[in-house]
Amino acid sequence: MLKKNIKKVLIIGSGPIIIGQAAEFDYAGTQCCKAIKEEGIETVLINSNPATIMTDQGIADRVYIQPLTAEAVEAVLRQEKPDGILAGFGGQTGLNLAMELEENGVLKELGIELLGVNKEAIEKAEDREQFKRLMNEIGEPIPASAIATSLEEAVAFVEQEGFPVIIRPAFTLGGTGGGIAQDMQNLEALVQLGIEKSAIGQVLIEKSVAGWKEIEYEVIRDSKDNCIIICSMENLDPVGIHTGDSIVVAPTQTLADAEYQMLRDASLKIIRALKIEGGCNVQFALNPGSSQYIVIEVNPRVSRSSALASKAAGYPIAKIAAKIALGYSLDELSNYITEESSALFEPVMDYCVVKFPKWPFDKFRTASRKLGTQMKATGEVMSICRSFESALLKAVTSLEVRCDGLRIPYVTGLTAEGLKEKLMACDDERLFVIAELLRRGIMSLQELHEKTGIDMWFLSRIDNIVQMEKRLENETISAGLIAEAEALGFTDAEILSLSRINANALHDLRTYYDIHPVYKMVDTCAGEFEAATPYYYSCYDEEDESVADDRDKVLVVGSGPIRIGQGIEFDYCCVQGVWALRELGYESIIVNNNPETVSTDFDTADKLYFEALHVDDIMSVIQKERPKGVILQLGGQTALNLAEGLSARGIPVLGTPNKYIDLAEDREKFSDLLHEIGIPTPDGGAITEESQAAAIVEKLGYPLIVRPSFVIGGRAMQVVYNDGELKKYLKEAVSLSTEHPVLIDKYVEGIEFEVDAVGDGENLLVPGVMEHIERTGIHSGDSISVYPAYSLPDAVVDKAIDYTERIARALHVCGLMNVQYVYDGKEIYVIEVNPRASRTVPILSKVTGVQMVKAATAVMLGQKLPELEWGTGLYPKSGFYAVKVPVFSNAKLTDVDVALGPEMRSTGEVLGMDPDLDKALYKGFLGAGTEIFSGGGVYVSLRDHDKTEENAAVMGEWAAEGFTIYGSAGTAAYLKEKGVVCEAVPFEQVGKMISQEIQVVINVPQVTNNVATDMFPLRRQAIEHGLPVLTCMDTARAYLKAVKVKKSGDTLEYPPIFG
Amino acid sequence: MEGKVYLEDGSLFAGKGFGAKKTCVGELVFNTAMTGYQKTLTDPSYMGQVITMTWPLAGNYGINAEDNQSDRIYARGLVVKEVCAAPSNYRCEKTLDQWLKEMDVPGVCGVDTRKITKKIRQEGTVKCVITTEDLNFRQLKKLCEETPLRTDYMKEASWAAASDLAVYKEENLNVAVLDFGTKRSILKALEQAGCNVHLFPYGFTAEEVLASNPDGIFLSNGPGDPESAQEAVQEVKKLMEAKRQDGKPLPMFGICMGHQILALAAGGKTYKLKYGHRGANHGVYNRETGRSYITSQNHGYAVEAESIILRDMEVTELNLNDRTVEGMRHRNRPIFSVQYHPEANPGPGDSAFLFDQFVEMMKK
Repeated sequence: MLKKNIKKVLIIGSGPIIIGQAAEFDYAGTQCCKAIKEEGIETVLINSNPATIMTDQGIADRVYIQPLTAEAVEAVLRQEKPDGILAGFGGQTGLNLAMELEENGVLKELGIELLGVNKEAIEKAEDREQFKRLMNEIGEPIPASAIATSLEEAVAFVEQEGFPVIIRPAFTLGGTGGGIAQDMQNLEALVQLGIEKSAIGQVLIEKSVAGWKEIEYEVIRDSKDNCIIICSMENLDPVGIHTGDSIVVAPTQTLADAEYQMLRDASLKIIRALKIEGGCNVQFALNPGSSQYIVIEVNPRVSRSSALASKAAGYPIAKIAAKIALGYSLDELSNYITEESSALFEPVMDYCVVKFPKWPFDKFRTASRKLGTQMKATGEVMSICRSFESALLKAVTSLEVRCDGLRIPYVTGLTAEGLKEKLMACDDERLFVIAELLRRGIMSLQELHEKTGIDMWFLSRIDNIVQMEKRLENETISAGLIAEAEALGFTDAEILSLSRINANALHDLRTYYDIHPVYKMVDTCAGEFEAATPYYYSCYDEEDESVADDRDKVLVVGSGPIRIGQGIEFDYCCVQGVWALRELGYESIIVNNNPETVSTDFDTADKLYFEALHVDDIMSVIQKERPKGVILQLGGQTALNLAEGLSARGIPVLGTPNKYIDLAEDREKFSDLLHEIGIPTPDGGAITEESQAAAIVEKLGYPLIVRPSFVIGGRAMQVVYNDGELKKYLKEAVSLSTEHPVLIDKYVEGIEFEVDAVGDGENLLVPGVMEHIERTGIHSGDSISVYPAYSLPDAVVDKAIDYTERIARALHVCGLMNVQYVYDGKEIYVIEVNPRASRTVPILSKVTGVQMVKAATAVMLGQKLPELEWGTGLYPKSGFYAVKVPVFSNAKLTDVDVALGPEMRSTGEVLGMDPDLDKALYKGFLGAGTEIFSGGGVYVSLRDHDKTEENAAVMGEWAAEGFTIYGSAGTAAYLKEKGVVCEAVPFEQVGKMISQEIQVVINVPQVTNNVATDMFPLRRQAIEHGLPVLTCMDTARAYLKAVKVKKSGDTLEYPPIFG
Repeated sequence: MEGKVYLEDGSLFAGKGFGAKKTCVGELVFNTAMTGYQKTLTDPSYMGQVITMTWPLAGNYGINAEDNQSDRIYARGLVVKEVCAAPSNYRCEKTLDQWLKEMDVPGVCGVDTRKITKKIRQEGTVKCVITTEDLNFRQLKKLCEETPLRTDYMKEASWAAASDLAVYKEENLNVAVLDFGTKRSILKALEQAGCNVHLFPYGFTAEEVLASNPDGIFLSNGPGDPESAQEAVQEVKKLMEAKRQDGKPLPMFGICMGHQILALAAGGKTYKLKYGHRGANHGVYNRETGRSYITSQNHGYAVEAESIILRDMEVTELNLNDRTVEGMRHRNRPIFSVQYHPEANPGPGDSAFLFDQFVEMMKK
């Protein structure tokens, strides 16, 4: 029953998106808020991440966008005096904060109950020694292991147990700093790093069971000790690859009932022993040759896996876990999907689910692609179909990796030796390598099984796909074969490419023989009960369960997996769009494939189609539903890329007409347009061949900014200062994108700022302007940016608004648009125009109160801005500053440069809000997890370009604040010349001083993303010690402002943003 | 090989055939368990039925020697979305297809099993013909119409008398098992709980059962309509009144069909559910403890609550989905029964403690 004493609760969010902690916690937190509000209990939410749905107006009763520090949470607790706190929905961040507040006595002092999780359970699950003791007590097997707080202890263990061993630091996110050691050298490196990474200076060292099956169970327990399994999952990749980086299948595929029940019993035993009330994830390793198993890990909270399990099974784990935390038992709750049956049951599926990770290696070209115990994926896709093969192929299509099946050109081009080598490298493309080895008959299934440890079942299914490829290539094409291929998950593009029949013939065959997908329902019960929730997936089967009614409906295309440059903010926009449609009286339909998100929650849209965002799949849904129109501008570049294909098929794309979207993306034509309407843009040109570059260089002179056309997140964008750099760039970039030209623009140095706006074709509403702290050259996603503009003269802002209005008119902008400008002190130039939702939409919507997506959706459906509540023109400023600070997953990708540049690297962001700019900055840094040092040593190394009076003055200020300045020989000499006391440190010495004498590194590198430079290892070293590395002088200046706030001793205020 | 399933209402599902080349008529039911096909097919309670698996991939882990619940496949046929030709599991000895051939049971795959499931859900369990032979629509229709379905398969489902039972141990309790088609795992569970098992196939009399001097009586699962087991009901009625040789009341424990027969023997009523409960995921609520369990279920009939409440029986457990009777207990005698399968196999063993409870009763 509902606990009677709970009238108000605080929910802790998970903060910025980083690798290992992504959108799944927005989903969990949003569900949690909804589930609690339903009970009439007041909800208070704190989260530093402004891009989330959960921090939006109306989700929680009161929302604090404030740093997730113990101090801030404590302040909020004192203001709000809630009766309980829910920490199990904010990932490891939420749990750690709750533990801190429990330990320092704040919860006890304020009489606040920790709901759902308890301190003891967290400790038992997460402290390795305690976990081991508990498992021994209840007789659950765990691998031979030891806790090491020093290298000596680790070595002693290995001498007894032998290699390989797994090293895991205690209390970290997503396995940071972990790895498998095969030899002493490995061991030393991993143990030392692990001890540093661990919040409690411990690593667990255990005998590796690499090669065993990796199985997971999602379990829920209530206060009556009732336990149920929501979903079982089997990793295609055996133990050794982090489950976040594994291809995962649900439910388990190769377990007989006896094995399934054995692990189920163990899961129940464990959650009971831990006394968790809510959700929990248990990971096992199962010996493929016997029934022997070990417990790998327990997560005593909702997790990425529980988000996946919720979407895979249709059972909302976070929602039920929240109800349990409030005192309900499972038997008192109903199944949300069927509404009729009980929540106390175990979901069954009549389809196969495949999760495929999305890795950032296209951005981090220097990063090692090898997968291991440390997670590298930024996001994931999920697919649902009636067979494993079709689900797998759908997942591959959903990845948007420019392949339509298991053939990727790079892999198919490898030699046999190259393939064998790549197979053993165990990287992100292993699936495609396996397929190619089978395709060419280089290895048998048995050999592949022996080499990779992947179960024969999975391998034979991959082989089924390869055999179908061969049939399409070799057999006479018939309707039957096409139907078989489609049912197996082959895309039209792949069928065309393999069979060499033409598209019209395929279309005719499909039409004549009625080879079309049908939609089946995800209903938690395999059809046993009638489901009330319209959640569908496509398959080639007989009965179509999706009934399209004749209401006016609009389809919103989602943004797919979270990746760098296309994060959770687009999911925010899609969800907002869906809600706006509902308010406008339309039936809303969403198509998306990201299981972590709110958009794919079964009750977000009126109808959910869990599909690849491929034009074929979208067209199938359109044919089924016949919507009035399709909204693409909310789903980021992924959705917008469909504009051409859908328009060509005569589908009404709502909002800005496609030809203007094209125009905005064609730099040459767009530059002509700007010229026509009298708006300056940096001069430039486009080239398709290297030989054309010289003429442009001669006209513009260096520095230049170069990039391929059609970009997401500044991919492959770079500032070049000389011929050598340009040549090198063209070699790499052109190979990246052959069908589109490379763009070369004059690089204008100055203040960068951006304007987000909503247009209705005639009028424009500008909610606000954000000014970047870093000057041009740093990708806007990676700059610290401030709302409202803080240094730009009013005249400049006014002029920019005027420009924006003119551009909007010229492009017939209907809906959202984002324009990026640079102001060089004299002139304003347009750098980029995006006729779609941008990263800053959720931030501006929240800080200004202008519901931008709602406005955009209304105008796309024919309303005019003056009819809406926010009017037109520049919206009045809010009375505070909001500082967006990017957050990087630097600690996860150990071979990636941390230096800022024109290519985006951040995975998430936080917002610092305060009436005082410097305080807002300080809060932003705190929220981003940047340690603010009040003094100590700072090492400076500047490129020649940055050895300026201005920068010398900045370093003078650092010195004045009491920092000891160390510098590289050149920088130190320059600073001394300018009167700044700076001690030159020989390069070889710096490494030893980091984290000893040196606390902050300021290093503006000549070239970024070049691992071969001297400073790269030093930057990495500082990052691995958790020290701030500032790679832009503007950031260094901002950091110093934060230092001053900290030293001032002023108490910070933590007001809510909503409620 | 072609495969077809013809339903009584005239609908036809055409796909591929596997297993034996054969035609069978049976009652079409669906099972939602995602594992345990071998255990399900060998469960005698499925005698006379054709099973549609809602889980679309059957045969993934093959067939092994240990999982059989009886001496053969009792189901009349198997309908699945897809059959796995290359199973993978260390215990796998043969494929599902090979096994069905050996056991002379037809299978149909490549049909829309979800559509079939929904049809059964909406219209109730139906008579069907499953065939892997070359029969046309008219032949199928005729066969379906002409073949009556029986409801008394429990009379023929006792197989275990011929099986190897554990060695008799003097110190064990003696349990008389009234065998309506028991699953091997029930016998194992009893043996593990410390019982010597004495099997009494259908046709037993109360006298011969009592003559074996049992410490307790167990009523097994089995196929069919409990009302067709009138002979057994009469004998069980006598047993309910009987006493042990030591003068104490005779403990009785029933599972599934055994539970239904106990209800009838107590003077209660049973009725046919629209489409039954077959799966491994049903939540059951215990009214006495307030606790709930996930159970394995396989039944088409249920006990009418009102009818037994009036006959000195208490409803102890309810199905959380449809509130049907899942467990009952005699108010004054050590007699209890459950509709679900605490012996699991397939499915969860969350309620395996019931066997221990039975043993405790016998020890009193």
